Amino acid sequence: METFQVAALIGKLIFVVGVILLFSPLMAWADRKQSAMIQDRMGPNKASVTLGGKKISLGGLLHPLADAVKFMWKENFIPPEGDKLLHALGPLISIIPTFAAFGVIPFGGMIYLDHLFDVLPAAPGGPAFPFQVASLNVGVLYVFAVTGTGVVGAAIAGYCSNNKYALLGGLRAAGQMVSYEVTLGLSLVGCFMLYNTLLLEDMVQWQHDRGLLGWGIFRQPLAFILFYVGSIAETKRVPFDLPEGESELAAGYFMEYSGMKFGMFMMGEYVATVVTCCLLTTIFFGGWSLPLLHADGFHLFGATLQLNHLIVSIIGVLTFLIKTSLLCWFTLMIRWSLPRFRYDQVMKLCWRYMLPLSLLNILVTGIVVLLWGN
Amino acid sequence: MAKLIPKPKMSAAEAAYVPEIAKGLRVTIGHFIRNTFSARGSERSDIETIDYPLEKREYPERFRGVHRLTLRSDGSPRCVACLCCSTACPAQCIHIEPAEYDANDPKHGYERYPKVFVIDELRCIFCGFCVEACPCDAIRMDSGLHMPASTRREHFIFDKEMLMAIPAADGSHQTRNPRHEPGDPTHPGLDRDHH
Repeated sequence: METFQVAALIGKLIFVVGVILLFSPLMAWADRKQSAMIQDRMGPNKASVTLGGKKISLGGLLHPLADAVKFMWKENFIPPEGDKLLHALGPLISIIPTFAAFGVIPFGGMIYLDHLFDVLPAAPGGPAFPFQVASLNVGVLYVFAVTGTGVVGAAIAGYCSNNKYALLGGLRAAGQMVSYEVTLGLSLVGCFMLYNTLLLEDMVQWQHDRGLLGWGIFRQPLAFILFYVGSIAETKRVPFDLPEGESELAAGYFMEYSGMKFGMFMMGEYVATVVTCCLLTTIFFGGWSLPLLHADGFHLFGATLQLNHLIVSIIGVLTFLIKTSLLCWFTLMIRWSLPRFRYDQVMKLCWRYMLPLSLLNILVTGIVVLLWGN
Repeated sequence: MAKLIPKPKMSAAEAAYVPEIAKGLRVTIGHFIRNTFSARGSERSDIETIDYPLEKREYPERFRGVHRLTLRSDGSPRCVACLCCSTACPAQCIHIEPAEYDANDPKHGYERYPKVFVIDELRCIFCGFCVEACPCDAIRMDSGLHMPASTRREHFIFDKEMLMAIPAADGSHQTRNPRHEPGDPTHPGLDRDHH
């Protein structure tokens, strides 16, 4: 491995960890503030720092910080009859996969070091690296494999707490996540056939080459809805938050967790939401590609506004982050708009509606691809 | 006997669920946009909250707040120590000790003054009967203040000086109802000597 590749890898890792550490408290804040705006309340606004005699509260943005301090100082309660080792492992197992899933997400296109400060030529050369931590040839399957292990964390947390509510919550989490994993995978098969690849970066390139109407949401609308619903169920958020349904299960599988361990569950949930929004952006919303923006600048009505390779790359990364943020916003909107399902409705929705629909989507996409090519 | 309740019929759009979600989202997104992009308290915002310690709701004009003793133009209390207020007070929180003016004072023999005038604001139920009972417009509750909080009971015992120092909501220590002193042309001439 050459030096620049090692440096690039470290840089990308720092970027990804930064995105995670930036997004998860932001999501916690957005969740509270957005719900307040929807419900005609004021939301968090009291946490503030005093700078030069002026109170600065940043619209409640400091509350996640206050939460973090509180999590650290709270008692770390372990149920006396529970399993100590598993109790510690539960939150770790549920949070690490969501972090790991960020590894294959392309935040931007290829970066050519020799051409950073000039317009990218048609056949660029020299040292280059993609703006994603790892380009695995199993691509999106890696994401499914890794996030699929998250169910173990929830199940373990429910099992080791020695609490009936927690156990029921863990059972519900396991049943729900395993069921929706099936639909989640199958709903994307149509996309694989259309894009003819499993690599996330190639999917973005495919959509980029076809412009705005080439985005996955316009080519595979049914797959988008199925995948979106499935991913909300997979992250256990409203309306699929039965594992933690507080009206009947108190807090579900993380009932016996307090302090930072509970914080890890909460953070894991937010990071999982961000990761699914990243995936949605990549597969259905053209990833880092911005319509009219090509490798050498904006193309509009035959005219070209030439831009440096560096600027184009930065615009790409910003595009990706903005698209992801908008999707996160929409996910929170759904979270505060819908009531919780009943458990039988969750299972019925998955096995009787979404699974047949995803199979139908595969069939139709297969016929179309066979007849007209992709 | 079991009664069968038929399931409500749903139209195709309702059963498909997605259009209904869109309808719900329209409502929530509408609220979100209105509240986020318009200042709180403005016409478009739906948020009615008042951020209490920082912002205060204006009390109505006739709000019964902490008592005050109104003053004459010379700065002495208008109170003539008739004990009407302490008699009317259902909470018995007003304590008055009347006293006579000096023998050479023109008011001597005409009216008395309160040597001690104490209100226990913790006992007071803010009914306003004292204000209604007062024949001289000497006690009023138009200060526009509620009792400030304190951890000491002594702080709630308001003596004469304290009550005289509290201004009305408009800042004045007098009242709009004029007082007719003996000798004034407006005075009806009803004193003990029938002048």
